Amino acid sequence: MARKSFREAINEALRLEMRRDPRVIVMGEDVAGGMGAAGEQDAWGGVLGVTKGLMPEFGRERVLDTPISESAFIGAAVGAAATGLRPVAELMFIDFVGVCLDQILNQAAKLRYMFGGKATMPLVIRTMYGAGLRAASQHSQALYPIFTHIPGLKVVIPSSPYEAKGLLIRAIRDDDPVIFCEHKMLYDEMEEVPDEAYTIPFGEANLTREGEDVTIVAIGRMVKFANEAADRLAARGVTCAVIDPRTASPLDEETILESVKETGRLVVVDEASPRCNLATDIVALVATKVFGALKAPAAIVAPPHTPVPFSPALEDAYVPGPARIEAAALAIME
Amino acid sequence: MADGIRAVTVPKWGLAMTEGTVVAWYANEGDQVKAGSDLVEIETPKITNLYESPASGVLRRRVAQVGETLPVGALLAVVADEEIPEAEIDAFVARFVKEFIPESAVESGAQAFKPQMIEIGGRRIRYLKMGEAEGTPVVLIHGFGGDLNSWLFSQPALAQTHLVYATDLPGHGESSKQVGGGDLAFLASAVFELLNALEIGSAHLVGHSLGGATALELALSHPERVKSLTLIAPAGFGPEINMGFVEGFMRASRHKQLRPFVEQLFANPALVARKMLDDIISYKRLDGAVEALNTIAAAVFKDGRQAVDLAPRLAELGVPLQIIWGEGDQIIPAAHVNGVPAAVRVHLVPGAGHMVHMEKAQEVNELIEVFLDI
Amino acid sequence: MELSREQLLDAYRYMRTIREFEERIHLEFATGDIPGFVHLYAGEEASAVGVCMNLGARDYIASTHRGHGHCIAKDCDVGAMMKELYGRRDGLCGGKGGSMHIADMSKGMMGANGIVGGGPPLICGAALSAKILKTGGVAVTFFGDGGFNQGTTLEAMNFASACKLPAVFVLEDNGYAESTASAWSIGGGDPIKRAAGFGLVGHSVDGHDFFAVCQRARELIEYARAGNGPSFLHVKFIRYYGHFEGDACTYRAPGEVAAARSERDCLKLFRDRVTAMGVLQPPQLDEIDTEVVRLIGSAVAAAKEAPLPDTADLMTHVYGSY
Repeated sequence: MARKSFREAINEALRLEMRRDPRVIVMGEDVAGGMGAAGEQDAWGGVLGVTKGLMPEFGRERVLDTPISESAFIGAAVGAAATGLRPVAELMFIDFVGVCLDQILNQAAKLRYMFGGKATMPLVIRTMYGAGLRAASQHSQALYPIFTHIPGLKVVIPSSPYEAKGLLIRAIRDDDPVIFCEHKMLYDEMEEVPDEAYTIPFGEANLTREGEDVTIVAIGRMVKFANEAADRLAARGVTCAVIDPRTASPLDEETILESVKETGRLVVVDEASPRCNLATDIVALVATKVFGALKAPAAIVAPPHTPVPFSPALEDAYVPGPARIEAAALAIME
Repeated sequence: MADGIRAVTVPKWGLAMTEGTVVAWYANEGDQVKAGSDLVEIETPKITNLYESPASGVLRRRVAQVGETLPVGALLAVVADEEIPEAEIDAFVARFVKEFIPESAVESGAQAFKPQMIEIGGRRIRYLKMGEAEGTPVVLIHGFGGDLNSWLFSQPALAQTHLVYATDLPGHGESSKQVGGGDLAFLASAVFELLNALEIGSAHLVGHSLGGATALELALSHPERVKSLTLIAPAGFGPEINMGFVEGFMRASRHKQLRPFVEQLFANPALVARKMLDDIISYKRLDGAVEALNTIAAAVFKDGRQAVDLAPRLAELGVPLQIIWGEGDQIIPAAHVNGVPAAVRVHLVPGAGHMVHMEKAQEVNELIEVFLDI
Repeated sequence: MELSREQLLDAYRYMRTIREFEERIHLEFATGDIPGFVHLYAGEEASAVGVCMNLGARDYIASTHRGHGHCIAKDCDVGAMMKELYGRRDGLCGGKGGSMHIADMSKGMMGANGIVGGGPPLICGAALSAKILKTGGVAVTFFGDGGFNQGTTLEAMNFASACKLPAVFVLEDNGYAESTASAWSIGGGDPIKRAAGFGLVGHSVDGHDFFAVCQRARELIEYARAGNGPSFLHVKFIRYYGHFEGDACTYRAPGEVAAARSERDCLKLFRDRVTAMGVLQPPQLDEIDTEVVRLIGSAVAAAKEAPLPDTADLMTHVYGSY
């Protein structure tokens, strides 16, 4: 057990699983770096260094740098998963899903079903999402609702280093296709993380704060902000239960519904664009299943319906933060 | 510090504790308090517990308010003789507050209590060493499903006067999860190998529950290595074992499922805080942890009864022995002391359950210290 | 090339089975009994069989929406295939896939694909598995002249080349991508040159000539198996039916299909050649014809009677576990 960053926790998960199972491979653009070049090998270890050190340990046969051809290498990861390997492919930015959506939507998600159960798809696609890095519209989106919508996919959105390691190991051991969404602003977050391998189950939400007045459901990086808001609210006498679903698909509906039955008030914090995001899905779930328990309308804290802007002043106004969450909770307390 | 004025500060319960919240006071300003009596209830993320007064005298100041959260080491109260003037008490408080630096700001504090890993026969074992004294060290051995943090209220206290090791048994904590056949002989030999690896010639063994049976097994097979034996609610003294607890503990994977079983460990279930459950769940998620528990339970609690009865072998034990048991133990009945020879010191602690060393830490620590000095 | 009598009989049987399967589906589909879309392979048999005769159990193929031929050539169960087209519970995919997604992973058939260009990336994955797991396997993808212009196919060729994968890319050029002529849609007009641009060794063959296809396919498959990397086979032929059943085919020149059926039928050409060489006798081939008609006849009859899936089957196989 030691304090490790989100980045290190993910690296460790990959390393431990690659040691345990020779069928696990890592593939993607610059996951090592320097392929075919005269200078340093393992030059990048991933664009933000998450996969650094894997190629020196496991070699270029199990850590594959690919050409910039998402449809080919994500599709190859799908085919490899169906034929005996357990690939962890990297879609460098979730925004790039446009050029390989078919491979995920129509192939990975559906082969098992269309083939009557006679295919397995032990595939993990790791991908970076989220705003805050001033990377602008095409490198800052939170597109996990699109994957959540697709039957056949599992969608995991870890909120902290401890969560990331356990959920990624679980994803690698899963025989279904998992989209593992890493918020790029979380990579430097630190937390106590066990040295050994461990798994966190899918479909089990985590309660990060206990409380009786408001249920706050938060996704990914928003869990941290929801915790901060909850601590500020507790000082004002409003106690909040903060729920981190961990996995958008499968979704732990029971924990959310039980909590809303206790508190009667719901705030959902979701960084994804507001039309058809996870917050709308969760509010619909609550409204259809436990409407009678609600003492106030549900509140959604989400960005505006715009692309992610470049200028820091604008991006900071775009991303939801603790202040907006606190205000939303107080508003429904009245 | 002026003569006769004692600062009561927020204690450090366990490696992870950085602060505590005052829940309730059990004495008012002006009351006489005795050392060892309940003074204030403190809540931490891991556990809520009663903190006993470290000194006797008059409670001159209650510095911390109910609901206040303070860092470890911060001033809670002042206990002093009646005669000492108010002005001196005020000066004491002012000086303390001015000079106080919270533990997190002091780097050396953080380094001092770091557990270590050691490789023994292809297995990794974690242990924590505290204290600097010369003389025979103390080795603390936790019970089924626990780890070295079980001793969070004991190890720092005993380390004032002794060198104290606490260890994670195989299958537990951060030690390797391979447990062979999972039986007492295996566990005892793992502790024996640890003594060898740490070059401990002989030790005072303190074992809780399954760790108690382990310590006794070790003392029976290697008496030359054991200076004394303190067994706290030990296994191995009768057939009864609360299998509902054992099975429930092994099976539960979520807080709601786990809580009722963990509460059975204590006379006062309100002590069980969320972080305690978090830590147990995190442990059980580790690769091999649940399998290890299952293997050990199958070996040691075969068919719902304790597989080994060590009480008959006490006659051959050449080592000083004391047994401490919480009267309200719901896991292994305290009545198991009835099979023990009269010569053995037995202490029944009222108002405590199976985790008597956590619920009544001060009393248990004193019993241990007195015994070690003999 | 050297093929034994048994192999020649097998080749004929595979091709005849495909032809009969497709001709029969053509008739049955017109009655309205078969749901959805079907895309018939009749006329193209020599390609599927010529290639797949060189593949074994450890080799994978991926197909197109026009997948019945590849499925049969890769030893999938004909009766189960027919039930699948009829949407029956005991179909090859449990009735969950239908004609466009017909597959059998246990036979190395990674499926017909409803997405043009869906196969090539998948097969790169199968080739990657073969390479890393050292199975000695080869992966073959079939795609049409339409799929040859899809980005996924081009990226897959580059990927296979850069990673030196044991893959064979087979362009089944039947002259039309839906209703659009391949002569127009293939920019540059020269598939071999295009493949060479990605570093793939390539050959062109007459797709009505089983022996030509089989020979070249064997060379390229062995080339891949020996670790030399991917290659490309351009198979040129005619499809007898439309893009899909229901296609009026008015984009075709009048008499085009009739001419092909009479002069370039791969089954007739095969029969003529083996009988002229004296290797097989007409009665042996006739016997196969009779058996195949009976096989397909009973497959259709069985499929029509076979039970439909339960409503509960709707929910199964979305995940391995959820």
